[in-house]
Amino acid sequence: MKLTGAEIMVKCLAEEGVDTIFGYPGGAILPFYDAIRASGTIQHILTAHEQGATHAADGYARATGKIGVCVATSGPGATNLVTGLATAFLDSIPVIAFTGQVNKSLIGHDAFQEVDITSITMPITKHNFLVKDPAHLAQTIRLAIQIAKSGRPGPVLIDVPRDVQTATIEYTVDKLRPVREVMPDQKLVDKACEVINNAKRPVMIIGGGVINANGEYDAMHLCEKLHIPVVSTLMGLGAISAYRSLFLGLTGLHGHEKANNAIREADVILAVGTRFNDRVTGDAKNYTQGKHIIHLDIDPAEVDKNVSTGLGITGNMNITLNLLEKGTKEHNLDEWWNLIESWPSNDEDCGSAEAPAFFKALNPVIKDKDYVITTDVGQHQMWAAQNLRIQFARQFISSGGLGTMGFGLPAAIGAKLARPEAKVMSISGDGGFKMTGSELFTLAQYNIPVIAIVINNTGLGMIRQLQTVFFEERFMACELSPCTDFVKYAGAFGIAGEHVSTPEALASAVEKAMEMNAPYLIEVNIGRDNMVEPMVASGSDKFINSYVNFKK
Amino acid sequence: MEQIISIVVQNQPGVLMRVAGLFSRRGYNIDSLAVGTTQTPELSRMTVTMEADEPTIIQVVKQIAKLPEVEKVKVLPPASSAKRSMAMVKVHAGEKRIEILRLAEVFRAHAVDVTGESLIFLVTGDDAKLAAFVNVMRDYGISEMVQTGLVALERGDEHLGVEESRYEWPVFEENKAV
Repeated sequence: MKLTGAEIMVKCLAEEGVDTIFGYPGGAILPFYDAIRASGTIQHILTAHEQGATHAADGYARATGKIGVCVATSGPGATNLVTGLATAFLDSIPVIAFTGQVNKSLIGHDAFQEVDITSITMPITKHNFLVKDPAHLAQTIRLAIQIAKSGRPGPVLIDVPRDVQTATIEYTVDKLRPVREVMPDQKLVDKACEVINNAKRPVMIIGGGVINANGEYDAMHLCEKLHIPVVSTLMGLGAISAYRSLFLGLTGLHGHEKANNAIREADVILAVGTRFNDRVTGDAKNYTQGKHIIHLDIDPAEVDKNVSTGLGITGNMNITLNLLEKGTKEHNLDEWWNLIESWPSNDEDCGSAEAPAFFKALNPVIKDKDYVITTDVGQHQMWAAQNLRIQFARQFISSGGLGTMGFGLPAAIGAKLARPEAKVMSISGDGGFKMTGSELFTLAQYNIPVIAIVINNTGLGMIRQLQTVFFEERFMACELSPCTDFVKYAGAFGIAGEHVSTPEALASAVEKAMEMNAPYLIEVNIGRDNMVEPMVASGSDKFINSYVNFKK
Repeated sequence: MEQIISIVVQNQPGVLMRVAGLFSRRGYNIDSLAVGTTQTPELSRMTVTMEADEPTIIQVVKQIAKLPEVEKVKVLPPASSAKRSMAMVKVHAGEKRIEILRLAEVFRAHAVDVTGESLIFLVTGDDAKLAAFVNVMRDYGISEMVQTGLVALERGDEHLGVEESRYEWPVFEENKAV
């Protein structure tokens, strides 16, 4: 069957079962847009900005585990994808980005809207392609999707010159040979079982890799069998329900005291799908001292990269966890649990600020419901991570590795389109919402019922917090005065909303919005002096339970 | 210590930039780099040398192995590997021409260009030998020189064979086996 390159792009997406893509048109990608229109099989969501399209594709992928697809034109369209691709790369999310490129004969001539996007995105994609030969187009797209999904997932960009999109070539439905999967080394698994069986104070750390591998049930079975305490990184939240008694909370520089104390006192750490980011470990040398660390990861390069581990097991996560479950014995950890119970509970340690109460108030509203919550980056993100009690994997979506402000709202758009039956809400700060709030347009245009919550403290709260702690309250560039009225902003897009100033009002506003079949904005007005507690001074050489004291 | 990394890669566009880019963005320094095709047209082989301690070189190898085009990567054992680089050295040669040619013979360097004023020598060997040759010739006046990166193969029957590539790559016309 003879088809144009653009039609082949559509066909290859259909082969993969892609039905929704996010993008923004431009001259060099118009043949593809024409083919999308003609096919009628793919829904195209026009965002307000290409960055929004990448975050939406990313949110789509995180909410489902399927690939998310975004598309942009050459030049500025392509460069606007950079932040979104880097976000997906640092959190290992399978995103496919198509960019238009100028005609082949113009490449290298600084043509109108020409940039070398494959060079620009090389360090922030798992791989990328410039397709120069139309005959390679179909195979390249299939390979790109395979690379994005296999092993440790990640974004892949495909740059397609305009004349490759318009060329006519033979198309046949085809499949690539599957990628060989790496299996864990049984000898290492046996060793790990022995270490775990002899552990007096074991702790399990759950990271985003568990969710990427859909390994949450395997992880749960293992920790339930061993009755081992579990802590979670930001990316792992939801993999183990926060309502389980084994769950101690969030670990890291804004982690719960209980979780971080457990890490400090542990003799064996079983780290599952986490890469020991500096926001998790603080000083890496102190972190590992006197501990045996067993590190499970799909990516061999993560073993011994950030902390030196006693034992690194790489390969299929589900199988590794199952093998560990088989090989380990439950043993008495009463003494360890008694010590853990003696530490302050997670409700006591988040400071006296008013902000955490707003997040806690949401727990009864969302409990046992089908929901997805996305966040931006900053104080509200940490309050959400500390105080929301997430029950299932893929319910909490946040930019962990890159820390991208403006991620929350567009990611929520992707999540809602991926999971229309779920109630989807984004939580942002006023700073981040100013960056990508224009995606309210996308909500309005397609009537996507996302609840956009803006925690408005008229400032960049985390910046203010860092300047409080490390710069002796010399505040600079962190106050966003005058106060923006985000309800009015939403009104400009025809989106209704309301202001709330108490946790109870927030809870009832969210409850009401969940029943609406339209987008809704809730602005939460809080004071500037709220701090995220607990807080470990990052970069300090102390252990991750040496907290900054805000009480004066 | 000096490490020699041998990398078998798919001969895809941009592969050199990907490998070189990985070194710079992860904060590693390449001392020398040599790239060329192999007996299999769709595969190329790179030899990279760098200063690195044991933990660093393990991490470097793991990071390189992650690149989709990389099929095999190995740190070659320095003692049991054949190693060569090549240099061309243009030496000013006046009345001492005979003396220079004699000295070059000691290094088994060949003259590949001769004019009334200068000689171009081609010399191969490990880095120490090339350095020694350059040092000797320095006295006579080197006007310019050029040197390749080190190439190396492990001695014996060991080899970095690729039975089946990890992914099915598009095969470019120019790489198709004849």
